Amino acid sequence: MRRAYFKTSWIAFALLAPQLLIIFVFFYWPSAQALYWAFTLEQPWGGGNTWVGFENFAKVLSDPYYWSSVRVSVIYALATTVLAMAMALTLAVFVDRQLSGYSAYRVAFIWPYAVAAPAVGLAFQFVFNPGAGIFSYINAVSPGMWNPSQYPSQAILSIVIAGAWKQVAYSFIFFLAALQSIPRSLTEAAAMDGARPLRRVLDLQLPLLTPTFFFLLVINITDSFTDSFGIVDTLTGGGPFRATDLLVYKIYADGFRGFDYSGAAAQSIILMCLVMALTFVQFRYVERRVHYT
Amino acid sequence: MAEISIRDISKTYGKNTIMQGVNLEIRQKEFVVILGPSGCGKSTLLRMIAGLEDITKGEISIDGTVVNALEPRQRGCAMVFQNYALYPHMTVAENIGYALKVAGVPKAARLERVAGVAKSVGLGEFLDRKPGQLSGGQRQRVAMARAIIREPKVFLFDEPLSNLDAKLRVQMRHEIRRIHNQIGATSVFVTHDQHEGMTLADRLVVMNKGTIEQVGTPEEIYERPASVYVAGFIGSPAMNMLPGRVDASRGAVLLDNGQSVPLPAQQARAANGNLVQVGLRPEQLFLASPASAQLTATYVFQEELGSGRVYHLQIEDIPLCVVSTEKRQMTEGDTVGLSFAADAVHLFDAKSGRRVARGTADRVLEVTA
Ligand SMILES: Nc1ncnc2c1ncn2[C@@H]1O[C@H](COP(=O)(O)OP(=O)(O)O)[C@@H](O)[C@H]1O
Ligand SMILES: [Mg+2]
Repeated sequence: MRRAYFKTSWIAFALLAPQLLIIFVFFYWPSAQALYWAFTLEQPWGGGNTWVGFENFAKVLSDPYYWSSVRVSVIYALATTVLAMAMALTLAVFVDRQLSGYSAYRVAFIWPYAVAAPAVGLAFQFVFNPGAGIFSYINAVSPGMWNPSQYPSQAILSIVIAGAWKQVAYSFIFFLAALQSIPRSLTEAAAMDGARPLRRVLDLQLPLLTPTFFFLLVINITDSFTDSFGIVDTLTGGGPFRATDLLVYKIYADGFRGFDYSGAAAQSIILMCLVMALTFVQFRYVERRVHYT
Repeated sequence: MAEISIRDISKTYGKNTIMQGVNLEIRQKEFVVILGPSGCGKSTLLRMIAGLEDITKGEISIDGTVVNALEPRQRGCAMVFQNYALYPHMTVAENIGYALKVAGVPKAARLERVAGVAKSVGLGEFLDRKPGQLSGGQRQRVAMARAIIREPKVFLFDEPLSNLDAKLRVQMRHEIRRIHNQIGATSVFVTHDQHEGMTLADRLVVMNKGTIEQVGTPEEIYERPASVYVAGFIGSPAMNMLPGRVDASRGAVLLDNGQSVPLPAQQARAANGNLVQVGLRPEQLFLASPASAQLTATYVFQEELGSGRVYHLQIEDIPLCVVSTEKRQMTEGDTVGLSFAADAVHLFDAKSGRRVARGTADRVLEVTA
């Protein structure tokens, strides 16, 4: 491996500085602040605070609303991940087989990833609108059947679909790249051996995608824990009856609406530990496992 | 056991025509080698037989059945790929047995056949390894075994030996020929290596830029190359080519530099006045004293072969080589005499590059142009 190196270290430092500054201002500083708040009791309007040790955590962990938030977050994470990866894989297999016109829609698949989460939420606001959206046809058949602002399960379904739609693109790109890196002669050898296309997907392509699959699994789960705020905020606002009150959303709601800075800080520390644990799993086990060369 | 009939095949990619008007009849149990330089369309032709590539125009039939529209699995061919194309996540046994598994052969019967075939190619102890844990030669054997186990009517080989070192290549060459004889399938083997082609083939097909230059036994092709191209491709070092003009009154070709090469009278009369290339194989030229020689040349340098030497000479500015077991010390600029037998002279038309028949001496050649 080649490494760039600079004779004078100030050039290197100058080049690094903007990035370091951004990381510091938007990550280390807030994280440190949150860590401090998590162990103190903050005044909502600023001013003094008192050290309380693990009391904030104890309060959060004994709060039934918190546990229902954990539950719905896990459901959301698993459902979006499964949905997004299944769709991404299906699409990637089709694009890999170069069904006609693929060069046009290959690009189209990548666009959703460039759309910001709140914009996705707003777009799906229209799609799921019980009076005007596509789903309003259900209500035309059976009035009142579809209304995510009233039925918790429908609200969850809505954010899952919107979240999955946004995440499909990322997984799709990775699956497609992995599929295309499988040598064509392997597929051809399997074709000579008598395997039909579906059989080749099952016996050959899927097993060879295992490393990519694990990688995306972790990335998708992490993403759905952290990147769901915009969708929830615009689509359901955490409701109805806290049914879509995901962990990230609850932090925001408790902190900035309920002015419980300390409780919110404790929650974000817990979420951060969860994400770090997932990332650790990613680096430690997934990256090393199942490699074919 | 199958005969393959290739009729008027053309292949285009987009606007590029890379193969045109190819005709070839391959007989039952024959070992045919398709020989040509890289990019001449050998793999494409093989892949069209296998069903991995669409046939733009023309028809291929196997055992009398037109296969143009058939899927690879319906054609009864097995293929050994250049990079072996082993399934990296399967063990050797799973690789070899995959075709049987797809075909629904019960596990017990499958394992038994896998073990048998693996043993016959010397892989008995490696059944549980993954391809990544095998050497190049062993991978090659797995690829062979995977083809053998299907008991195909047709074996297709796409440069299967080109990733092996020289010694292993020779060994595997013998093994492939042994397996072919033993199984009695029809084999089509693609290579750019003339030694491989010459030694393996019952019949050799020489390709050039998407067309077939000549079809014949290795011996026929060596002795009566149909064109300047074939003459240059088969034989090493390549055949020497000297440009000249046929002069029937002198019964010879007058070379551009004033020397002459005698021709049979009949051949000289037929081609009188034509611009030609005289072909002389390096191993059919003999060093002689300049006084008694048929041609004289200037010495440039020599290469040691162990069994003999390659002498590099020039006639004017045309390079020429001679392979001889005789070892002579010479210095650059020395005049060297050359002699040769009358039937060592090959004549080619300068414009078309095709062989000029030597009258009765040449049998009718099997040529597709
Ligand atoms: N998929 C393809 N698209 C366009 N051109 C191709 C493709 N495959 C092969 N060719 C061209 O066809 C010609 C013959 O290729 P190939 O049959 O692989 O040659 P060989 O096996 O004799 O080296 C080459 O000029 C190559 O560039
Ligand atoms: Mg090739």
